Amino acid sequence: MSIELRNVSKKFGGVTAVNNVNFSVKEGELVALLGPSGGGKTTVLRMISGLEMPSEGDIFIRGERVNDISVQKRNIGFVFQSYALFKNMTVFKNIAFGLKIKKWAKNDIHDRVHELLHLLGLEGLDKRYPHQLSGGQRQRVAIARALASKPSVLLLDEPFGAVDAKIRQELRDWLVTLHNDLNVTTLFVTHDQEEAMEVSNRIVIFSRGNLEQIGSPREVYEEPNNEFVARFVGVLNVLELTVQGGLARFGELEFPALDRPDGSKMRIGFRPFAVQISSDTSAYRCRAVLRHTFFLGVMLRLELELPSGLVIRSRMTKEEYSALVLKDGQEVSFIIKRYRILRGEGEPLSPEIHSGDTAFSTHGAGI
Amino acid sequence: MAGNVKSSARTSRDANAKSQRGTEESPFIKWLLVSIAMIFTIVFLLLPLVNVFAQAFSKGWSGYLTALSDPDTMSAIKLTLLVAAISVPLNVVFGLAAAWCIAKFNFRGKPLLITLIDLPFSVSPVVAGLMFVVMFGLQGYFGPWLDSRDIKIIFAVPGIVLATVFITFPFVARELIPVMQATGSDQEEAALSLGASGWKTFWYVTLPSVKWGLLYGVILCNARAMGEFGAVSIVSGHITGQTDTMPLRVEKLYQEYNATAAFAVASLLALLALFTLGIKTFLEWKQERDFERAQHALPEPDPIAPSSNP
Repeated sequence: MSIELRNVSKKFGGVTAVNNVNFSVKEGELVALLGPSGGGKTTVLRMISGLEMPSEGDIFIRGERVNDISVQKRNIGFVFQSYALFKNMTVFKNIAFGLKIKKWAKNDIHDRVHELLHLLGLEGLDKRYPHQLSGGQRQRVAIARALASKPSVLLLDEPFGAVDAKIRQELRDWLVTLHNDLNVTTLFVTHDQEEAMEVSNRIVIFSRGNLEQIGSPREVYEEPNNEFVARFVGVLNVLELTVQGGLARFGELEFPALDRPDGSKMRIGFRPFAVQISSDTSAYRCRAVLRHTFFLGVMLRLELELPSGLVIRSRMTKEEYSALVLKDGQEVSFIIKRYRILRGEGEPLSPEIHSGDTAFSTHGAGI
Repeated sequence: MAGNVKSSARTSRDANAKSQRGTEESPFIKWLLVSIAMIFTIVFLLLPLVNVFAQAFSKGWSGYLTALSDPDTMSAIKLTLLVAAISVPLNVVFGLAAAWCIAKFNFRGKPLLITLIDLPFSVSPVVAGLMFVVMFGLQGYFGPWLDSRDIKIIFAVPGIVLATVFITFPFVARELIPVMQATGSDQEEAALSLGASGWKTFWYVTLPSVKWGLLYGVILCNARAMGEFGAVSIVSGHITGQTDTMPLRVEKLYQEYNATAAFAVASLLALLALFTLGIKTFLEWKQERDFERAQHALPEPDPIAPSSNP
């Protein structure tokens, strides 16, 4: 194990920022700490680095308990959200700083800095000052500086937060490539679920100081532990239904709810992909108006307005879309193929329920 | 500012002064305000300054040098330099410590500390001087104790230094607090994460990032330390050749109707003021430029993606 947290909590005054968190990261993994702001993810990162001390619990780096080891001695690389480059030093001196502190020989420092400049595509910029660099270059200098003394772990706080959208994508790809080349255990904090899904091997999801789930991008998306994770990772349509005669209803939508009393509320959630649309209004039982179609490259997002006025989202591929021949404003019919019953923010979800086409199509329902 | 006034004046003339924006004054008002400001500056600031030098040199170079080489005057100049040499470094240390703890830590009583730092600005220097007399004078709290050990503070150099340190305390701290608050503690944390000790972090990271603000504070602190009159006048005792600083010497010479000598010493203080203003303007420009540079990243070069494969 490269990093391990055991029952780690952090309190600031009376506020619990991190609440009894346990997880471990294997050597060479690229892990995202994901969550809304104030979720405690940055505090976790800072505790691993030693910039913050846990109020309770133990932190291990490569099997060694580091609670009592100062940030200077932990041999971690930390990249700040603001990059925190030393603005009075050149790029070369910024990268060499940690090596100089660790009393490397001058020649070794020179070689190591140039190796990093080459690795990070910063050749020729060594004599520049931070203010003479672009945002992306500043970030790469910050990463080079953090990597210089070969840290056992690389920690990045919102690494793509401060750059504009255009280069954010390239930086993501580049971080993955860099990680593949160096194979250093890397943790990064992000509030962007798409970023976490795309870049990391595993995602640790935090909300209000609690670890909600840890898993591969696919696991957290397809098997969310609870409603918070389901709603935070990817898009989730949520419907609130009223139970009547063993059926939970929302307009024309009906779901089996055998064990629930009449008049009680039931909430269900489903992913946009679970919504199947037909331009034939009689193909499925439920009707809706196609309000907007958003073209997102290979994918399309469709917004359906139900008769009640509620808007649900659907997604489909370009091929599916062109096979359907749809126009905005047109009436369509749809079914929900898979859904889960929601039991509240922190509660576990029901397993995914597959609604057979028959039960919800006009043919099967026998109207 | 001058550029703005000029260019907007031109635009309004182009528009024949008819289509003025609501917020713009008429050219007449603008001209009037500028003139008032200029005349005021010339009459009350520039003319007296020129007069100081005119009076100082009224008996030519030789008269000027003779006035300055008077032994009592020389002793006043030396004392002033000594007092500044002691109080400025002390206030650099106090100012750095105060600004550091205010900018980097949150603690109870922080607003009180900030208010206390400003106290010397809000107290009349005469009152400050009296405070030290009450504390260390013969009739003061510590007077008898000090006297029995033959330690002289009031009417001696230590009293002058104390009064000067008190009066000039806010300059360094006041300049550093906003600079340190603006830089935050990210750079220091970065240095720590790279293995630097607290002292090395301060020396290599904190100090360079506040150097212009610090220098600015030092210059202002020094100017005030050399020019302070009120507080020093109370505690010095005006012993000619022993406890007279330059400002006290100027007053004494003036009261002895030795105008040329008084203005000669005054001209030295005026030169110090001009030098201070020059440095201050330069440092402000420097600080502003550094700040602007730090704010703006350059546009991304093309192609953006670096080659990470060696």
